Amino acid sequence: MHSHEAIIATNRFGLGARPGEAGEAGVAPRDWLKAQLTAGDSTLTGSGLKTSQEALQDFYRFRELRQKQKKAAAENPEAGERAEGDKRPDSGSPRSIIAAEIEARTKFAILTKHSFRERLVRFWSNHFTVSTSDVAVVSLAGAFEREAIRPHVTGSFFDMLLAAETHPAMMLYLDNVRSIGPNSRIGRRRDLGLNENLAREILELHTLGVNGGYNQGDVVEFAKALTGWSVSSPRDRKVPPGKTHFDERRHEPGSRTVLGKTYTDSGPQQAATILRDLALMPQTANHLAQRLARHFIADQPPRTAVDKLARSFRESGGDLGALAATLVDLDEAWSRDQTKFKSPDEFQVSAMRGLGATRVERRALRSAYGSLGQSPFTAPSPAGWPDEAEAWLGPDAIKKRLEWSQAVAARMGESRDPAAFLGETVGAFVSERTLKLVRRAESREQGMALALMAPEFQRR
Amino acid sequence: MSKTTSRRQFVGMMAGAGAVTWFAPNLSLAAGPEGRYLVLVILRGALDGLAAVVPYHESRLMSLRENLVPAAPGDENGALSLGVDGFALHPGLPFLHTSFHAGEMSVLHAAASPYRERSHFDGQDVLENGATTALGEDSGWLNRALQKTAGAHEAAAVAPTVPLVLRGDAHAVSWAPSVLPEPSDSTMDRLMNLYAEDEPLRTALGDAKALSMAAGEVEGDARAIVRGRSFPPVLEAAANLVASDAASVVALSLSGWDTHDNQGSDSGALAQRLGQLDAGLALLKQKLGAKWQHTTVMVVTEFGRTVAENGTRGSDHGTGGASFLLGGAVHGGKLLGDWPGLAQSALHEGRDLYPANDLRGLFKGVLRDHLGVSRSDLDGFVFPGSRPVAPLDGLIRA
Repeated sequence: MHSHEAIIATNRFGLGARPGEAGEAGVAPRDWLKAQLTAGDSTLTGSGLKTSQEALQDFYRFRELRQKQKKAAAENPEAGERAEGDKRPDSGSPRSIIAAEIEARTKFAILTKHSFRERLVRFWSNHFTVSTSDVAVVSLAGAFEREAIRPHVTGSFFDMLLAAETHPAMMLYLDNVRSIGPNSRIGRRRDLGLNENLAREILELHTLGVNGGYNQGDVVEFAKALTGWSVSSPRDRKVPPGKTHFDERRHEPGSRTVLGKTYTDSGPQQAATILRDLALMPQTANHLAQRLARHFIADQPPRTAVDKLARSFRESGGDLGALAATLVDLDEAWSRDQTKFKSPDEFQVSAMRGLGATRVERRALRSAYGSLGQSPFTAPSPAGWPDEAEAWLGPDAIKKRLEWSQAVAARMGESRDPAAFLGETVGAFVSERTLKLVRRAESREQGMALALMAPEFQRR
Repeated sequence: MSKTTSRRQFVGMMAGAGAVTWFAPNLSLAAGPEGRYLVLVILRGALDGLAAVVPYHESRLMSLRENLVPAAPGDENGALSLGVDGFALHPGLPFLHTSFHAGEMSVLHAAASPYRERSHFDGQDVLENGATTALGEDSGWLNRALQKTAGAHEAAAVAPTVPLVLRGDAHAVSWAPSVLPEPSDSTMDRLMNLYAEDEPLRTALGDAKALSMAAGEVEGDARAIVRGRSFPPVLEAAANLVASDAASVVALSLSGWDTHDNQGSDSGALAQRLGQLDAGLALLKQKLGAKWQHTTVMVVTEFGRTVAENGTRGSDHGTGGASFLLGGAVHGGKLLGDWPGLAQSALHEGRDLYPANDLRGLFKGVLRDHLGVSRSDLDGFVFPGSRPVAPLDGLIRA
């Protein structure tokens, strides 16, 4: 039977054990995890995956074509209907782009041998949430995770911060593209103004945290420093569309004072310098430590764990690899209480890993995510998906998990032994009661549904 | 457990099994004949208020949106006169029309939340969070109100997850019909057994069973229902939840109102939606039975649409919109608030119906008079920073 430590390594740190994985991890669980930090690679590429620039250019073309089609349909109702029937550009449509991204990402998560790294990717991606509530972000969300998060997951927090905040997806999602310095050239001409969203969310969610000691004045000053950062559209004649660029004409001139420090107007460097300072502030270390501990250890993490993580972050100058290694070394993270309840996405991925799945089917995925209530990239706000059990442990959510488990068991159940499944995925955590009830099921299929829904599998 | 099991027998069974369901305590409080019920219907996508409640007395109406205006009252398939100035309901709303004249429905036109931009998502967030910006609060005004009502209420949403308007510290659940096959009784029972020593999971599963029973069987394509595109079943499920005492406050969403192209007039895309809405509301009344006398329904949307039609025979995102108040508890038959008119100088940003009325005034009036929330709680807690916004008076029967 796989030890508690083997299961904690594969399940609480990782995304759930694939068949045989707990055995490997169980030899030296902490080393197994740390090896992923140094030797692993989180790069995700694929033939269907576009760069953010390509995706955005597709989006602009798609939008233009749709507008033409609608106009034609309105002017010419009969001929128009036929034109609508003519295919919309398919491979460039936001829907097809994001479907490809979700498929690739889910498959990667199911197959990877470095699922601790992959959990870290998901954690940081959620920390820097971009959500498809904004239609352009539909095309960009997948590229954002691959371009701004994955390369830095064991690197420097500042590098990740800068990449994330200046990525077109974030610029669009948090409206920086609409933020114009009131005294900038364009601001004065058109009487357009500042949009504070990006600045506020960087301070509140991404760095210092809501109690990080900043005030509304700091938000405004930071927002002014961020003006000028924008995303090129087809209307920009000097820059190819789909990239982040700095537009001097929108930038609020002058020096800015944020949290008591003054930053001279160095154009694009002004905001970047502020970001660098934010990354190194102790409040940021505390905030990130809190979030990390809440995700990996408990909804109310022990103070000692948070403090150790914060110290590691401060002492390493924001090295995320060192931070993850510190996390592995925390005794608090190896507690034998399964306190964390799996989110719908975690549940699905761990189930597919545990069942040894090798493929994903796009339509089944979409329906599963929809029904389980956590479609990737659709977090309800910039705060991202919640980490607390109460967000996920509702009556309807449990029923949907049971229905999904039943459907999966119906497809794979007869070929799997539920007790063996639990052995591989939950090991020493399994209770006598669960084993007995699973073995006494009326069919292997029912047994598998029960195994997937077992409390030991629903938690990590 | 057979589906014909009566509710009373079911409660007995659940009690016998030792399972504590979340609404069992409420049954003993009996949100029965003395209770108050609230149904919040959110129309997502920005309903064209000017097509739902048409101001025929406005001289510029036809020149601005000829292709969107239904035939006038009295004409074939014509609009249904409210008998107030020249306002008439879209011909697809006969139930609402009858209700108006029976004193069970009021209209608040030219209304909006504090939101003045044009994003559906942000607009809906402001409609639901009761703040002035999309990120202003991460809980919903209805959830906050439930923490301050005179009586105890159980809240549920007919939706895949709890919508923002019901999120917060007050307990609320969601229910949606299953797209996948329902679990067998045998599997449910064994899982209940499996959860015998796990209180949170056991409670959640027990509540799931109870909720499903309460929501009942709804006819129709579960996928369409879940996406808010098939209206009567959603309203029927809401009615069932109230009728069976599973909830006394229910929120639900209906989608598909974003009519940018080929909106139609007395027939067409919008007409079809309005017809479904009307039929669904009629079904809600029917299923609520005796509880209808104590029910208030609010039908609201995130913003209205442009006064002038656009280049594709539709309308674009606007500001002032129409909302409805409906129910046996409503002191109806009124056109509430102010009407700013369609003169060019009266339009908002030269293109939209001016938001002469703040939707929070409607919400406050209902929350105060129907659910007993105090004015100071409304101003300071439910809708933070909204003291200047007065509750509309006279909405609810004494």
